[in-house]
Amino acid sequence: MKVFIYPTNSLVLSDLVERFGHEPLAIMQEIGKKVRTQSLDSPPINITPEDPKLGLKYAAVEVPSGVRGRMSLFDPLISNADAAIVVHDPAPSFGCMGCARTNELVNFLIRAKKIPLLELDYPSSEDDAKEFVYKISRFLKSLTEGKK
Amino acid sequence: MDTLTKMVVINSEKVLPSDIVIKLYQSKADVMIKETCFGVIVSGERSVVNTLLDEIRKMDPYGIFIKERGLAPGEQYRCRATRRGGARPGFHSIETENKMLPLIAAALKALDKGEIPKQKQRKKKLDVERFKEIIKQTEVS
Repeated sequence: MKVFIYPTNSLVLSDLVERFGHEPLAIMQEIGKKVRTQSLDSPPINITPEDPKLGLKYAAVEVPSGVRGRMSLFDPLISNADAAIVVHDPAPSFGCMGCARTNELVNFLIRAKKIPLLELDYPSSEDDAKEFVYKISRFLKSLTEGKK
Repeated sequence: MDTLTKMVVINSEKVLPSDIVIKLYQSKADVMIKETCFGVIVSGERSVVNTLLDEIRKMDPYGIFIKERGLAPGEQYRCRATRRGGARPGFHSIETENKMLPLIAAALKALDKGEIPKQKQRKKKLDVERFKEIIKQTEVS
């Protein structure tokens, strides 16, 4: 199954989803597609004529263009997601490296999609990490069993 | 050709990036390899890269973490050599998650041993009625 991960560039989540036999939906694959097939330098800073249309599906024209640009990258991920794993308040997506409004919108859209969703916090101790990995493995196994 | 770039982040006591690079060269696969401070970046045909990295993961299943990367190694607009240094986009994310890799590795080991972690008691949010009571009690008449 295709599992949307948030933070969308997370190494840990991407690795765990793949390790437990599912396909992670991460932002890297969308950036890779744009770089390889359309030769864009720095998506979402460079966009194609189609991208604003995808962005406008989610956010009105008066919303900052950064939100719509990012949403154009997130669109294929959100629309293809069969399930999602979301980590609350990840530090790297705060501040200049992230966009708080896009993050809120993405989280809202994932909840509104009514797909199986696992919400977690990043672990800070060994016990937290055990619970973190155990919950992810149980969630991903339940997806496989549900599919059967 | 469907190309794919993947980054291998190493947090292992027994495997070094150079060990992985040697193993990759030994495979004689048609891939581009770059050794980095955190591990290795491998770029090539999707099926070849995936098969190779499945083998690489077996070198230390708990110490090797893999994720896809949008840009191939040495892309001019992201490579620090041409951007006069500084952290490249995505560095901060890896830096943050790299710190928790030992915890994740220990958790994966525990999971393979069949250990079931204790569910932590989460703090419940304060009930509204109880909150009203507290306000009343603390009100200065």
